[in-house]
Amino acid sequence: MPEMTSTQQLVATNTAGRSRVRTTASRRAARILRRIPVWVLVAVLLIVVLYPQFWVLMGSFKSQTEFLSSPTWSLPTHFDLSNYVEAFTRGNVAVNYRNSILVTIPSVALMIALGVAAGYALEIMIWRGQKALLLLILGGIMVPGQMILVPLFIVYFKIGITGSLLPMILTYTVMGLPLTTFLMAAYFRSVPRELFEAATVDGCGPLKSFFLIGFPLMRNAILTVALVEFFSVWNDLLVALTFTTDPSLATIQVGLLSLNDQYGSTQYGPLFAAVSINIIVLMIVFIFLNKKIMAGLAAGSLKG
Amino acid sequence: MKRVFGDRKTIAILLGPTLIVYVLLKLVPVCWSLGLSFFTGNTLSGFTFIGFANFVKFVGDPAAVQSLIVSIVFAVLATVGQIVLGYLLALLYVFVLRKGSAFVRTAVFFPMVLPTVAVALLFRNFVSVGANQGPINDIINFFGGKSVEFLASTIGTMGVALAMTLWSSMGFYAVLLYTGLLDIPDEIIESARLDGANGPRLVRHIVLPLSMPILLSSVIFSLNSTLKVFDSLLALNNGGPGTSTSPLTLYMYRTAFDYGDYGYGSTIALVLTLLCLAFTLTVFRSSSRKADA
Repeated sequence: MPEMTSTQQLVATNTAGRSRVRTTASRRAARILRRIPVWVLVAVLLIVVLYPQFWVLMGSFKSQTEFLSSPTWSLPTHFDLSNYVEAFTRGNVAVNYRNSILVTIPSVALMIALGVAAGYALEIMIWRGQKALLLLILGGIMVPGQMILVPLFIVYFKIGITGSLLPMILTYTVMGLPLTTFLMAAYFRSVPRELFEAATVDGCGPLKSFFLIGFPLMRNAILTVALVEFFSVWNDLLVALTFTTDPSLATIQVGLLSLNDQYGSTQYGPLFAAVSINIIVLMIVFIFLNKKIMAGLAAGSLKG
Repeated sequence: MKRVFGDRKTIAILLGPTLIVYVLLKLVPVCWSLGLSFFTGNTLSGFTFIGFANFVKFVGDPAAVQSLIVSIVFAVLATVGQIVLGYLLALLYVFVLRKGSAFVRTAVFFPMVLPTVAVALLFRNFVSVGANQGPINDIINFFGGKSVEFLASTIGTMGVALAMTLWSSMGFYAVLLYTGLLDIPDEIIESARLDGANGPRLVRHIVLPLSMPILLSSVIFSLNSTLKVFDSLLALNNGGPGTSTSPLTLYMYRTAFDYGDYGYGSTIALVLTLLCLAFTLTVFRSSSRKADA
C-alpha cells in the first residue's frame, strides 16, 4: 500500500508544520481523511469475499423463471423455500448429509482417540526409538493420499466391505492419524513433565496418569485438532469419490458433484439451494468456533 | 522415574493401536503401491510384471505429460498468489487495521472452510454465460465488453480455478502469516521507525527478512497442497475442456478407477509423491543457500 503510506507521510508532515495553530477537530478530520483509502480497500475486499456467498444464497430462493429472465444481481421476489424442499427430496441431500455425518464423526473420534494416546506414548513415555518413530509418522504426513488408495481399494474389495461406509472411515482415519499424532505429541511437549512425574510420586501409574491428567489436560488441544480433522474429512472429495460404489453411500461432496451433472444447466434453484445449505451450516459452526478453527488450521499447517 | 515412564506395557497399550493402524493401512499400502507401479492390470484381470514399462510409458504419454504440466503450472501460480495476497492481507491486518482487524480477518478466512466442490459450483455459475448469465459477465457487459465463456477455454478454466482457489484460501494464508508477523518484537519495529524506516521501506528491510521463516513454511505447505489439486479442477469443469485442465491427481484417479489400470495408476501416484518431495527440497535448498550467503 505505497499510496496509503505516502498520504500518511504527507498528512503527518503537514500536521507537524502547522500543529500549533491546528485545533483537535481539524486533526481528527485529517485522520479520517487519511483513513479513507483504507476503508475503500477493506470495502472492496469484503465485497469480493462476501458477495459471491450472498449471491448464491439469494439464488437459492429464486424460481427457474427468475433465473432465466431477471438480471443475476436482482433479489428474489419472495423467499420461497421450494428449492430446498426439492434439493432435500429429489437431490438426496438428506441421505448425503447422513452419510457425511456417519463417516466424519467416527473418523475424527478414532483419529483423536488413537492420536492422543500415541502422542502421550511418544512424548511423555521414555523408550528407545521414540524419535525415529515420530519421524516415521511425520513422513506419513508428506505422502499424498493417492499413494495408498489403490492398495486399500483392493483390500477393501477382498474383505468385502466396499458396500458400506467402513472403507471411508478407515481411510480417513489413517490419512488424518499422522498429523493428529504429531500435533498431540507437540501439545504434550508443551506441558511441564513435572506434572506427570508428581503424579507418579503420588502413586499414580503412567497409564492412570494418562487418563486422569493427560487426557483432561488436552481438552483444548483435542478440540482444536478435532476441528482441523473435521473439516479435512467433511470437505474431502477424493476418498469419498473412490469408495462411493453406490449412490446411497455418497457424502455431501459426492452428492454435490453428481447434483451438478443431474441438474447441470437445467435446474438452477435446487443446485443453488444445495450449495447454500453448505454455506449456512458451516457459517453457523464458524460463527461459534472461528477462533479455534483459525488457530487450529494455522497450527496444523505450520507444524505439518 | 525413568523406570515408571519406561513401562513397556503402558507404551504398548497407548501406542499399539496407532502403530497397527498406521502400519497396516499406511506403510504396507505405500510399499504395495510402489510394487504395483511395476505391474499392469487390476484385481479382475490379474497383474502382469512389466518392469519399468510404466515409467517409460509415462514419459511418452501425452496425457500424462499434460497433466504433469497442469499440476505444476497450477501449483506454482496458486502458491505465488496465495503467498503474495496472504502476505499483503497480513500486513494490512497488522500495520493498518491493527486491533480492528478481527472482523475482516474472520470474514476473509471463512471461505476456507467451505467445501471445494461447493465453491467450484458457485464459481461455475458466477462466470457463466447464456440464459442464466453470471455477475462476472454482467460486469464485463456493463463496461462494454462481450460475454466471455471462461470455461470453454483452457486458459479461462485455469484462470477461474486459480481465482476460486485464491478466493477461498487467501484468508487462511493471511491468518497464517499474520500470526508470524505478530511474533516480530515491537521493539524492532519501533527502533527501525526511529531510525527513519517507514512504510514500504520498513516492510522491505525489516519486516520481510524477519518473516522469511514463516513465509518459507507457508510456501512449502502451499506447494504441497496445490500440487495435489483435485476437487477444484474436477468440480469446476471436469478437467476440461477435454482433458486440458486435468491435473496428475485426476489422471491418476481416472487411470486407476475408471480404466482399471492399477499399475499405471500407482506409477502416476508415485510421480506425484516425488514431485511434492522435489518441490519441498528445492524450496528448502534455495532458502538455506540464501541463509549461508
